[in-house]
Amino acid sequence: MASRRDFLKAGGALLVTFSSASRLEPFLLAQGAFATHSSHIDPKQLDSWLAVNSDGTITAYTGKCDFGQGIFTAQTQLVAEELCVPLERVKLIQCDTDKTPDQGTTSGSQSTPTNFNDESLAQAAATAREALMAIASQQFGESVESLNLKDGVITSKRGKTVAYQELVKDKHFNLPLNTDAKRHSEKQWTTLGKPVPSLDRHALMSGQFEFVHYVRVAGMLHGRVVRPPAMGATVAHVDEGSIQHLPGVVKVVLCNNFVGVVAETQHQATKAAHALKVQWNSGPVLPAQKTFFEYLQRQPSRDVLSVDSGDTERRLANVNSVLRARYTYAYQMHGSLGASCAVADVKTDRATIWSPTQSAYPTRSVIAKLLNLPPDNVRVIYTRGSGCYGLNGADAVSFEAAVLSHAVGRPVRLQFSREDEMKWENLGAACVIEHRAALSADGTIAVWDRENWVASLGSRPGYDRPGNLISGMLMGFEPEPLTPSAAKAPKGELRNSSNHVPSYFAACIDGSCQGGGTIRSERVLTHTVRSPFFTGPLRSPLRIQNTFATECFMDELCTYAKADPVEFRLRHLRDTRVIGVLQAAAKAMNWKPRPSPPPLNQATGEHTGRGIACVAYEGDNGYAALVAEVSVNIETGVVRPVRFLVASDCGPISNPDGLRNQIEGGILQGLSRSLVEEVTWDDKQITSTSWATYKSLYMDFAAPPIEIVFVTPENVPATGAGETAITVVPAAIGNAIFDATGARLREVPFTPERVLAALKPTKFDAAGTSA
Amino acid sequence: MNQITLKINGSEHTVTVDPETPLLFVLNDDLGLRGPRFGCGMAQCGACTVILDGKVMRSCVTPVGSVGRSSITTLEGLGQQEQLHPIQQAFVDEGAAQCGFCLSGVILTAKATLDAKPDASDKEIGDALAGILCRCFAHIRMMRAIRKYAEGRKHDGITS
Repeated sequence: MASRRDFLKAGGALLVTFSSASRLEPFLLAQGAFATHSSHIDPKQLDSWLAVNSDGTITAYTGKCDFGQGIFTAQTQLVAEELCVPLERVKLIQCDTDKTPDQGTTSGSQSTPTNFNDESLAQAAATAREALMAIASQQFGESVESLNLKDGVITSKRGKTVAYQELVKDKHFNLPLNTDAKRHSEKQWTTLGKPVPSLDRHALMSGQFEFVHYVRVAGMLHGRVVRPPAMGATVAHVDEGSIQHLPGVVKVVLCNNFVGVVAETQHQATKAAHALKVQWNSGPVLPAQKTFFEYLQRQPSRDVLSVDSGDTERRLANVNSVLRARYTYAYQMHGSLGASCAVADVKTDRATIWSPTQSAYPTRSVIAKLLNLPPDNVRVIYTRGSGCYGLNGADAVSFEAAVLSHAVGRPVRLQFSREDEMKWENLGAACVIEHRAALSADGTIAVWDRENWVASLGSRPGYDRPGNLISGMLMGFEPEPLTPSAAKAPKGELRNSSNHVPSYFAACIDGSCQGGGTIRSERVLTHTVRSPFFTGPLRSPLRIQNTFATECFMDELCTYAKADPVEFRLRHLRDTRVIGVLQAAAKAMNWKPRPSPPPLNQATGEHTGRGIACVAYEGDNGYAALVAEVSVNIETGVVRPVRFLVASDCGPISNPDGLRNQIEGGILQGLSRSLVEEVTWDDKQITSTSWATYKSLYMDFAAPPIEIVFVTPENVPATGAGETAITVVPAAIGNAIFDATGARLREVPFTPERVLAALKPTKFDAAGTSA
Repeated sequence: MNQITLKINGSEHTVTVDPETPLLFVLNDDLGLRGPRFGCGMAQCGACTVILDGKVMRSCVTPVGSVGRSSITTLEGLGQQEQLHPIQQAFVDEGAAQCGFCLSGVILTAKATLDAKPDASDKEIGDALAGILCRCFAHIRMMRAIRKYAEGRKHDGITS
């Protein structure tokens, strides 16, 4: 055991320092470029996904992991369904780089489209079933068609019977995935499509669930990090003597500007991290928060044209009135309830990391690079942390736990503090969106020009970019460069995964119209600008910001046209699935057509209004329309939600109860983000570093009823659903506030101050737009 | 370092620790309990909640040396997986969680509130949960589970 004596002997020397060059070069020389599938587990082979055990149970392996969104249960259902076995006979192993295939990152509402359609896990299970039936058919000398399959037992017409395990006899399949293997159709489903309760429920409710925070390894020490006081600050001097008197301290670890301490217990590590004196060179002055959006619009940027019909400027110059509006969306946080934690056990030639990462293989790749180990000698075992909602501190804490363990030669559990988590996470991006549009005489939108500014720095580290996070940056790696460049004319396929392009656009590129709508005079130009803070995917990344701006401006145009918001949207839509959810929501809400807002008949008290918003998530990965009913107190500016009704279309539904849970949570999380959540900073640093300064709705918030209507068209693939409902929340609430009061909110969150400010100039002004 | 004897979930445990150590770290690291969790370390979120002599408290800011002979109940002290406490069972029945990191705060606070006032109104239960955070926002199901438990204990005469 490294003792205090060892520590003292080390004197003033800092114990771990390596330059980024010495880490980068050997690895790149040895390995070449990072490959997406550098795993020894071949995703094209059936044995990579499934094994039939001698007791008749099935072990399935997935690279899509559960953070509380229910995908563990749904994937277990999927395997049970395709193999016709009871649910309890399936044991699912998730995201362990020694066992599961590399499926990249569990994110972007991609788990269902990836694993539940015609590839990967679903295809593997269907391949296995067909293979087992074929072997039985051979053994029996009877055709596959004459066989019956139930509970993992195959029976022939002549009465012969064999169980899966008798066919397999502990052998491997040694078969490739069969791309023609037939999935069970929705009509055949007996396990999928059912509201199977979440499989972790008993362990969770009884407090026995093993979160990563409870992983314990023999000889394990405890780590804490010491972060710079401000973005861009660098280490001038670390005074190890300042904690020499504290008991239990094992080591101070310095790696460029990364500073950590390792001690025998959590309490000792916490005290040491507080007490350690580090002198920092100050970082650059931050742009003022008050004028940040104007600042953003003045910066050099990397520009992309998603669509450009080439005629918007000319048309806008030739109309009598141009409707303009500028929308802004604040930086927001993942704000995981539990500060991130990971456990690393790094030995000379290999390493094991218990990590809450969404990206087991990419994390393995980066840690291998940091430790200068071959990736195959690093094992990342996904172990659930606190709900993440995207890129929280999970990857950072995993990288840093590995570095600390490497430095002390013993297993280390690293626990971030609340401030470590909140001050340094990859924030949801701040955005500015400017619209200009004009209507035709017939009340349709003749032209719509849209320009976006997105603050961006870093993101997911992927397989080779630790600098995309605070940890990598502190250790001397660069974030992905953002080189300013002019936009080129759009070409080929429409790329709309961030919902920059409204569904109402025809989105014609080279004569091929790929959008969901009818507006043909169209332009979407996006400027990506270097952010002063790290940014990264936060549930519905950019989709929520873009949809807020699109769907609220759509309402502004609608008000100007004196039309009903549902009818006006339908005028401009061709996408049948967006139309489907819009109509379903309106019908279930008993939506009475009328323009917004109705006349305001009193100048005090609470006013109630309704608002609608819809989205084709990522263009084609899930559809939702939300009606929000809110009450606004026009004296205090307080917005109180009264009722939500959402229509959701995500294709075939694997687990309706799990889906409801995601939709309910998504809408309320969206409510919190719409009303109160906002990152704040001063001239040096982020100042919203705890729950006292970063606001969230708490459990005393009286949640309004949420009604859910499922729209289920036939013969469509399964889409994601975890991020669809949240995407439309700020827009539906913004539109409802306008309907209630005539005040148009163009800045998220809708704080009482902003509501009151919006009420003043436009209280009785119907259009809310300037000509 | 002191020897401290704690009464936890009905049995006594003696640990040798710095009495300033937060009770949470002792529960997690010395006694291997997984119910109370480190959320913020600042008593702002409730993830570390335990019940101390019938009252909820935040174990992340409570020095272990200050606990004395008080009786501590953690989430796992209510019931085991095989035999859940009725409030845990209500949460199971309603599927009232997503990630589940907040459950000590939600379940123990609701239970302590209803133990003290079995006929507490929705508003009173809500007010008692004012310092509890669930960032997955499973509010609707959790409130439904708490109401279900409250109704059940009235009928079944549950006293703890």
